[in-house]
Amino acid sequence: MSWKDFALRLRALLFRRRTDEELQEELQFHIEMQSRKNRCHEVDPAEAKRRARLQFGSVVRAMEECRDVRGISSIEILAKDLRFGLRMLWKSQGFTLIALLTLALGIGANTVIFSIVNAVLLRPLPFPEPDRLVAIYTYLASDGNESFSYPDFLDWQRENRSFAYLATYRPTDFTLVGTDVPEHVQGERISAEFFDSLGMKLRLGRTFRLDEDRPGATPVALVSEGLWRRRYGAQAAILGQAVAIDGVAHTIVGVVPANFHFSGKEFVAGDVYIPIGQSNDWALWKRQFTYNYGIGRLKPGVTLQQAREDMDAIALRLAQRYPETNKNAGVALAPLKQDITGESAIALYVLLGAVGFVLVIACVNIANLLLARSTARMREFAVRATLGASPSRCICQLLSESVLLSVIGGLLGLALAVWGSAGAFSLLPQKLPRANEIGFDARVLLFTLGTSLIAGVLFGLAPALRISQQDLQGTLKEGGRGLSGTRHRLQSVFIVAEMALALVLLTGAGLMIRTLMELRSVDPGFNPRNILNFEVTLPPSFATKPAEAVREQVRQITVNLESLPGVEAASHVDAPLPMQGNDTVTFWLEGEPKPPSENDMHSATDLGVEPSYLKALHIPLKKGRFISESDTMHSPSVVVIDELLARKYFPNEDPVGKHLSISAFDTQCEIVGVVGHAKQFGLTEGGRDGEPQLYYASMQVPDKFIFFWTHAGFVVRTKGEPLAMVAAIRAMLEKMSSQQNIYGVLTLERIVSDSVASQRFTMILLGIFAVLALVLASIGIYGVTSFAVGQRTHEIGLRVTLGAQRGDVLRLVLGQGAGTAVFGVLVGTAAALGLTRLLEKMLYGVSAYDPFTFAGVAIFLTVVALAASYIPAHRAMRVDPVVALRHE
Amino acid sequence: MAPDSPRLDLLQGTLDLLILRALRSEAMHGWAVSERIQQISQDVLQVNQGSLYPALHRLEHRGWIKAEWRVSELGRRARFYSLTTAGRKQLEIEAENWSKLTDAIARVLRMA
Repeated sequence: MSWKDFALRLRALLFRRRTDEELQEELQFHIEMQSRKNRCHEVDPAEAKRRARLQFGSVVRAMEECRDVRGISSIEILAKDLRFGLRMLWKSQGFTLIALLTLALGIGANTVIFSIVNAVLLRPLPFPEPDRLVAIYTYLASDGNESFSYPDFLDWQRENRSFAYLATYRPTDFTLVGTDVPEHVQGERISAEFFDSLGMKLRLGRTFRLDEDRPGATPVALVSEGLWRRRYGAQAAILGQAVAIDGVAHTIVGVVPANFHFSGKEFVAGDVYIPIGQSNDWALWKRQFTYNYGIGRLKPGVTLQQAREDMDAIALRLAQRYPETNKNAGVALAPLKQDITGESAIALYVLLGAVGFVLVIACVNIANLLLARSTARMREFAVRATLGASPSRCICQLLSESVLLSVIGGLLGLALAVWGSAGAFSLLPQKLPRANEIGFDARVLLFTLGTSLIAGVLFGLAPALRISQQDLQGTLKEGGRGLSGTRHRLQSVFIVAEMALALVLLTGAGLMIRTLMELRSVDPGFNPRNILNFEVTLPPSFATKPAEAVREQVRQITVNLESLPGVEAASHVDAPLPMQGNDTVTFWLEGEPKPPSENDMHSATDLGVEPSYLKALHIPLKKGRFISESDTMHSPSVVVIDELLARKYFPNEDPVGKHLSISAFDTQCEIVGVVGHAKQFGLTEGGRDGEPQLYYASMQVPDKFIFFWTHAGFVVRTKGEPLAMVAAIRAMLEKMSSQQNIYGVLTLERIVSDSVASQRFTMILLGIFAVLALVLASIGIYGVTSFAVGQRTHEIGLRVTLGAQRGDVLRLVLGQGAGTAVFGVLVGTAAALGLTRLLEKMLYGVSAYDPFTFAGVAIFLTVVALAASYIPAHRAMRVDPVVALRHE
Repeated sequence: MAPDSPRLDLLQGTLDLLILRALRSEAMHGWAVSERIQQISQDVLQVNQGSLYPALHRLEHRGWIKAEWRVSELGRRARFYSLTTAGRKQLEIEAENWSKLTDAIARVLRMA
């Protein structure tokens, strides 16, 4: 079709009336001219005109032929088909309602899941040139990607030739002191170029200058837009104002916009940012303390591979320069987006696949319904075909009906998705990266539209092809009964497909349910019931007090906590609690020479606790004693180890009484007891076998670490509901000092349950999809069997007349349905064996090929299929032969 | 379709050529085209007036002729057709094809 042709057709379509009038005018003009010519010979003008008309022939026909030239445009045909389709849908409201409902559910669910996949996995990160952003880690063969030390970062920054910007951050808790009560806020210590690396513009003001990111520089800070609005009423004059952070006045130089969303490792989009280089934390400058995470922006034209080679060379140099800390330590670079979303990708794609299966089953069901209806409409199309409609014209007519159906269904689904998304999104695990970017954008709408169209073609094609291939004469003669084998074969294929897809989903859901059951029965090594975990901000004045005073304050808080009615036990915890992360210490055993490098030492998860910790968490004491009140700064250092550490380093001897040296503490400690292992990395231990644990007395922590304690963690075992104790605890803390407050309150039960949130999320959604699939597939089997029975009423009547028993009839119908279903189950089992592998990483305590789940699901689905075909089979059994034979 | 359609098909191609040729020198309306063809062929070729207009419209759709409304000799507006550049080329091609065809047929006839 040339451009000219298209333009003319378009004009004819848009201005149909006018085009027609013009055509008429043109032809009239011709006749007029002709009659004038005729008048030269004729005297009678009327006769001249009559002859002109005669010469011209049929004006109507000429007009029709001219219209044919411009074509009744395909759009016009479509409009006609759609109008007709609407009428057909309206005529069979029952069918339309069921089909629309099925589609709306299917497409709605797909839209919701896709909107999550879109935001988390597909959309680029919300920063300029996001492909140049990378995450940077230290790499240890034993631990993989890990946080790094600040001095390492400075060397990387100075020596690299690959990065336009390299920046580091470190989540930190801050206390804001104003005129009234101090406020605890979360925030980050960042290097000066952090926001420049991301390419993020501030809401107000400026980012840090390089000379502000050094020890002794004037204290400056950025605040979040949220804090700016909350505390400063969004006044522009905030720039230049001072805010007291941890007791030090900082000048506010900028405001970070509210739409700043960064899901980098451990990053907390908090309220306060201060330059990391100003920190007075001595540990920051030691290479053995690795608390930093980092990002970089590659220089234009530098590939990831080149940057890796560059950084590898630097790591090698640092390992030579600082063997004690950097031996065997590499640098790992990962594309930022992959680093952020990599872990969620499998689960999300599995869910997208699962919800796609549900839609396919829905489409198959509707195709089945349409197929049944198409039998009824055979006659209609036979008549159409006889009157000259081409097969492709008939297919178009039927397809436009089904696409109309699917697009309306899609719109309803979209409405459903928008309306129901809040509920679905609330199920999302909290750790899901980029969750705050989820929403409906153009791509989601396009996806919904595309899915609807494809669905419409998918379920419309089978009946359409079926009808276009029918034997016209036969159908007209048969009176539209149209009994033919292909139809049954096609329906059997549908049933097999439905059963297979439903089985795959049920198996997936079954495996996830078993995983959660396994997880529920996992003993975490402690009793998480009735335990409260919280942090306390000590009064800002403690930042400058001697270590002994801080220790005393913390000790006093524990004593006061234990004296509260309703509290059974309380302990200071100088480390992340189990399932809240972990701290690691390196150590060497008595009798071993001190290893030259940190990376050659043994390592264990460490927890600094008080004597009541064991009582609070109900961790069993296996040998010796736990830390006691008498372990103080004035007594020999002691540690308690867990069974894993005992087994690993003292396989055939009693560890109690032995000694080990903790590298960071510079002292040798006596092992005084052995306790049970408490799972530190979630119920599944994050797939690891569990890392040994080491407890030291928090009251024996050397002075140099005490300044960390301005934010101190506590656990409390309560007699009743732990959250009910918060008010009393807060009151007690405020009574000690109005400058002291509590934050980060969580129950350990909640923490444990959150540690399996992603499994639970996958299980719930897979479960919902599997149930949907099951219901749809059952409806499908029921529908097909009933239809087959209806078609065979005559035959069954004949059989009964010839002496078939009712049981025979039941067996006949049921047998056929069951045969198809069992075949579907077999196909589905084969498919599931291939697909459940994708779930492997999320499973716990159950194999991806768990025979129990596979067999259970297969049997269950077969029973459901039998039940669904039993009802129509039962009906067939009761067929009255006399009625059936008269049925003709 | 009417039973005389095969003859119409044959005429169509020829008619297109005749229309293009008629429009070569100047723009004219449909009636004038049919008159011109009749006149030049000395009344041998009678243009079926009913099929003239579909042919004109088809040529317009192909982009070989273009149409515009102009005031006619009757003082009323009429649709005037004129050749486009593409149309001129097409006329050359078709005229050449036509003479090749007639030559060939003539030769065959002479042989027989």
